[in-house]
Amino acid sequence: MNIRKLPVKNLERKPVRTAMLIILTALLSLAVFGGTLVERSLRSGLTSLETRLGADIIVVPASAKSQYDLESILLEGVPGHFYMKKDYLDKVGKIEGIEKISAQYYLATVTSGCCSMPLQLIGFDPQTDFTVKPWIRQNYSGELGEFEIVIGGNINSAVGKTLKFYNQSCTVVGTLARTGTELDNAVFATAQTIKALIKSSEALGLNGQTREDPEQIISTIQIKVQEGYDIDDVMNDINIHITRVQAVRTRSMISGVADSLAGTAYIIRVLIAAVWVLALVILFAAFAAMVNERKREFAVLRVIGTSRSRLARIILAESALVSLLGGVFGILLGTAVVFPFSNLIESKLGLPFLLPGTGDILLLAALTLAVSVLVGAAAASYAAVKLSRVDTGLILREGN
Amino acid sequence: MILNAEIISKKYMRKSGEANFFYAVRETSLALTAGSITGVIGRSGSGKSTLLNMMAGLLSPSAGKVTLDGTDLYALSDKELSVLRNQNIGVIPQGQTGLDSLTALDNIKLPYALYHNDRQIDDRADELLHAVGIAHLADAYPSELSGGELRRLAIARALIMQPGIILADEPTGDLDDENTATVLGLLRKAADDGAAVLLVTHDADARQYADVLYRMDAGVLAEA
Ligand SMILES: Nc1ncnc2c1ncn2[C@@H]1O[C@H](COP(=O)(O)OP(=O)(O)O)[C@@H](O)[C@H]1O
Ligand SMILES: [Mg+2]
Repeated sequence: MNIRKLPVKNLERKPVRTAMLIILTALLSLAVFGGTLVERSLRSGLTSLETRLGADIIVVPASAKSQYDLESILLEGVPGHFYMKKDYLDKVGKIEGIEKISAQYYLATVTSGCCSMPLQLIGFDPQTDFTVKPWIRQNYSGELGEFEIVIGGNINSAVGKTLKFYNQSCTVVGTLARTGTELDNAVFATAQTIKALIKSSEALGLNGQTREDPEQIISTIQIKVQEGYDIDDVMNDINIHITRVQAVRTRSMISGVADSLAGTAYIIRVLIAAVWVLALVILFAAFAAMVNERKREFAVLRVIGTSRSRLARIILAESALVSLLGGVFGILLGTAVVFPFSNLIESKLGLPFLLPGTGDILLLAALTLAVSVLVGAAAASYAAVKLSRVDTGLILREGN
Repeated sequence: MILNAEIISKKYMRKSGEANFFYAVRETSLALTAGSITGVIGRSGSGKSTLLNMMAGLLSPSAGKVTLDGTDLYALSDKELSVLRNQNIGVIPQGQTGLDSLTALDNIKLPYALYHNDRQIDDRADELLHAVGIAHLADAYPSELSGGELRRLAIARALIMQPGIILADEPTGDLDDENTATVLGLLRKAADDGAAVLLVTHDADARQYADVLYRMDAGVLAEA
């Protein structure tokens, strides 16, 4: 018999009471951990989306605007392709207020035998590009050669391997950090490579939409507006003066996302707060009820010579064990909910979802544990202090 | 060892009344001396438990003081008083007092385990289990014991530290004759071994075990 084992024995001998307290603390830590994780994932999803959209304006063929869900292709990389004549690059470039301009080339691969998997291929012009390269540079320092590709974070391949598109083997030279958007399913290459692939696809008769010479076509024009010019003015200029193309503000595409993200994050924060308040109240009440129910037991400990501080330590040890277990439980539960379903959350909410790194997650887990232990300790101390204010003699009497 | 209550009183507020109070114990003095059993009898509600708890250091008196060999109990810090009670005062409270999460044996050893961390007490615990006649229940939990067995458990627990003072609050209440005789015999033996014993009871039969007998009436103690 060791007095240090008393807290554990107390918990073991009252499994129902113990389980209730553990479930309560698990709920609290689930709310903190899971909620914070989802909120942060959504937030970093948006941030990465914003930084990905280095362009202020994107110009697409007018036909594309009606034919495709532009947002899906530009933001989410849903496989698709559309082309316009290369001349438009010069025409658009003459509009006043443009600082940077660069063309991109889209090619969707198909599921048939020619290709490893259906993907959105995005080609950029290494000379003028200002949106893709800075991003790629974070993960790949060299220049992309012909048939060299950099792949999105979701694509199941690795540096050094090859992927086959339209019977052309392309070597993976870099993988990109996850963005939480469908861009994670895109493949990036130079315009040169994409043009070559477009030719191959036409040779195979798989990409019949265009009979144009790949050298003479582009898919989109990315524009950065000069300081001092209004982005809307530049966009309107393009739309008024150049026919058969459509200029779109990228911000307008993500503002919807940002708005609903802000809304969702707000809801999550309110939910966390609500669960918190609820769990706090319940936890304090539960510990108060627990101490109250066990008043006589604690009085007996005092009778045989347990000091107030010793008794407080016993009660605290019990609460620490309970909240540690509950905390771990809640974190595991949160992990089990958030991680496997992050794709589901992403598609259900329609929001980019980018989980924090392992280090941050571990930190969050540790913080969650600390919080649930602290809250448990606070609740138990509160009850213990209230108890210690009363003479043991009075408590002994109450039981009879 | 001498435990001395010097003109102690305990004042309580009346539940119903505004600003009116009453004395559960009124200006009472009582000295417990080594080797003898002091009996206190009296009707229920006369203040016996209040007096005993004050003498145990568990209930601070409204006036007066309680000293153990000259040390004022209520002048000590909680820690000092706790250690002092652990080592010198064996209290048998009224009612069921076993700790539910411990076996009978561990309950008995608990006072020792509070401040010591070894198994030196195993023999004495075993001896006490036999003496109070619940050796076969060593591994049983309080919820599995009868009222009489629980009371005997509380007595064994009060005796484990071989305290100089034993304060027993109705230790024979709701016990049958055989159990009553066993319990009182144990207290008698503790007194014969040198303890100062206070035996509080509403049971007049206990008087034959007491060396000195008092009667408590409305908070006032008088020789019986
Ligand atoms: N905490 C308390 N508050 C108010 N009255 C109390 C309290 N404790 C005891 N009393 C009263 O003091 C009187 C003496 O109680 P007690 O010492 O328990 O009597 P006994 O042990 O002789 O039956 C009773 O009238 C009881 O109701
Ligand atoms: Mg009583």
